[in-house]
Amino acid sequence: MSQPAPSSAQHPSGAHHADSYLTDGTTVMSWLNTRDHKRVGVMFLICVIAMLFMGGVFAMLIRLKLLFPGAAFIDALTYNRLFTLHGVVMVFFFLIPAIPSAFGNFLVPLMIGARDVAFPRLNLLSLYIYLAGAGLALWGMIHGAADTGWTFYAPYSTTSPEKLFPVLLGVFIVGFSSIVTGINFIVTIHTMRAPGLTWWKMPLFVWGIYGTSIIQVLATPVLGILLLSIAVEHALGWGLFDPARGGDPLLMQHLFWFYSHPAVYIMILPGMGVISETVCASAHKNPFGYRAIAYSSIGIAFVGFFTWGHHMFVAGQSTFSNGLFAVLSMFVGIFTAIKTFNWVGTLYKGAIAFKTFFAYICGFLYFLVFGGMTGIALATVSLDVHWHDTYFVVAHFHFIMVGAALMAFLAALHYWWPKMFGSRYHEGWGLVAAVLIMLGFNATFIPQFLLGNNGMPRRYYTYPEHFRALNVASTAGASLLAFGFIIIAVYLAVALRYGRRTEQNPWGSKGFEWLTDSPPPTHNFHEDPQYPEDPHDYRTPPLTQPSAAHPEVEVGHAV
Amino acid sequence: MRSEAAVRADELHLAHHFSSLERQTDAARLGMWLFLATELLLFGGLFCAYSYYRWMFPDAWAEGSHHMSVGLGTINTFILLGSSFTVAMSIHFARVAKPKLTVLMLAISIVCGLAFMGLKGVEYADHFKHGLLPGKYLTSPDVHEPAVGMFFVLYYLTTGLHAIHVIAGLTVLSVMMVKAHRGVFTPEYYTPLDMGGLYWHLVDIIWIFLYPLLYLVV
Repeated sequence: MSQPAPSSAQHPSGAHHADSYLTDGTTVMSWLNTRDHKRVGVMFLICVIAMLFMGGVFAMLIRLKLLFPGAAFIDALTYNRLFTLHGVVMVFFFLIPAIPSAFGNFLVPLMIGARDVAFPRLNLLSLYIYLAGAGLALWGMIHGAADTGWTFYAPYSTTSPEKLFPVLLGVFIVGFSSIVTGINFIVTIHTMRAPGLTWWKMPLFVWGIYGTSIIQVLATPVLGILLLSIAVEHALGWGLFDPARGGDPLLMQHLFWFYSHPAVYIMILPGMGVISETVCASAHKNPFGYRAIAYSSIGIAFVGFFTWGHHMFVAGQSTFSNGLFAVLSMFVGIFTAIKTFNWVGTLYKGAIAFKTFFAYICGFLYFLVFGGMTGIALATVSLDVHWHDTYFVVAHFHFIMVGAALMAFLAALHYWWPKMFGSRYHEGWGLVAAVLIMLGFNATFIPQFLLGNNGMPRRYYTYPEHFRALNVASTAGASLLAFGFIIIAVYLAVALRYGRRTEQNPWGSKGFEWLTDSPPPTHNFHEDPQYPEDPHDYRTPPLTQPSAAHPEVEVGHAV
Repeated sequence: MRSEAAVRADELHLAHHFSSLERQTDAARLGMWLFLATELLLFGGLFCAYSYYRWMFPDAWAEGSHHMSVGLGTINTFILLGSSFTVAMSIHFARVAKPKLTVLMLAISIVCGLAFMGLKGVEYADHFKHGLLPGKYLTSPDVHEPAVGMFFVLYYLTTGLHAIHVIAGLTVLSVMMVKAHRGVFTPEYYTPLDMGGLYWHLVDIIWIFLYPLLYLVV
């Protein structure tokens, strides 16, 4: 199957783009006061990219310090603050909202044929809650920040002399934004699907977002109450987690990971949704095992709630619990493997177009499998005793949370860029950056696996001389990674300003979001689309919007 | 045929992105139930901590609950249950188009809520006077078990968080009363009142759990 005719690139764009959501009001206020899910999504995208930049700068500072075994550049307290800020910013302000709040907001209504999300005002509110929380936390970080690590483990977090309150409160507030977004998506998916778009016709990205939203709604409140408790502890010293007064720090860890382990799936499930979409669009082939992919999304959301104890294998949990949590954790591996085999099965014998987002799909599969396999190893209690709190764990979760989740984010950014902004970026530079990022990422974290296995603990300011070579290699890799991001920033900025206008469906995709203009009009569809086919059904050629050649073809009515 | 009132309700309240008012109400109701689920989990964290420490320090828990004023707690329970009833009645009266009774029922609910907060304040003041304070601040001379401090940590955290919810609920009920007074609610459209009522019932049900856990546990 081939790409749509290149001639459609020349279609008279003016007539269709005049009423796109981007041009419907161009003042700042028209953006800040919008109810349009697409504009909210774009604003979220800008925010999370700013957070990614900030977290990346913190990471680079940490890596620069670790070039040297002893004290260098920054003192130990600053170092502790830096890795705390890096973790808090990347986890709570980038990874968790990145795909659901930015791409989910933009795409879910388009994919289910709705005019907006169910609660547009709440949607805008969730953006402002996010900004308020992130702003408060960042303000707190500037004024003597937290040095506890992003996990806020007691008793250090309740006794640390650092000002912890604004950071805790900031993360608490951002949690509300996450909950509101999750509720909004669940309600939207339940009540706003277009007539004819049944549950089993939902695009796979929507299934991913649905699973994610369930976790966001059910797990985030527990983190909220925990953060409040820590804040009370830190401010008033009541002793809820203080062993000296009968409190139990392990309880704190249980409550923390009851949220924070499912939160890993908040980060990765929407990424899996992105990959399910883009794999079909790359291979121009129907998904292999649509229902298996959909069910496994819900399966991961479900078992993700019963694995949290694997973070406490050496923290004093009973042997029985350790064994139980180890086995339960492996179920995640089963569901993930189902998805992975289905993606590979979809690619098999497909007519693959090697676009930038396809490079990120390959990266995602590699990082997910590698990171996932090390996760299975870490979930084995006897092995975890050796690796716990070493760089091995750091490298493992970066493979999943950064490797896989970030690959999915970049795949989404490149795949839906034309949909969101109506312009094309330079594919050549896109591939160059993708290769640099993947090489840089491996060079950063494979040495960390080795360091961890040799016994280098995480979060330490100094290390013995014989760990130097691997640390230097890791920092060199991080620099390559950063360089790749700079290239992306440049060519996307160029595309935004000077990029050639895209045709409606540049990838020849059968995804439902491509049934409307790129970029879409304010109310998403010129007329209500029809859904005679399953999503990603490539047995018939992709539908295209009225173009210069076929001005009479209507959205979704042909074929 | 759709009645004139239904058409008018559509004109007034139907948002552009919904196909019908029924669907819009369904969406609001589902959203509210999901929100209530998050509230339960918010308290769930504290209930979890409560159960764990109750299991760790059963004697301290028995002693701690002896310092509670069961009489005041029981009265407060009935006050709150009564207010939930009047809120339910206010929705009923909105449904049968009796706006004055809707306003009256909401007013009674608000008075009950305020009475609850007042009695809770009396209880708190009493605890303060006797030095029944959380953790290291516990100074009461009649306490024997050291872990009674932990009982009071959980007492103040749970009832404090509940009190914040009562205040939020009272705010919601007040807004609903103003709206009802202005005649916003009709038999065709009373969704906000319905949602506000659900929230108030949640506040009530959490107290139904807190009351035995704190006052009757022994």
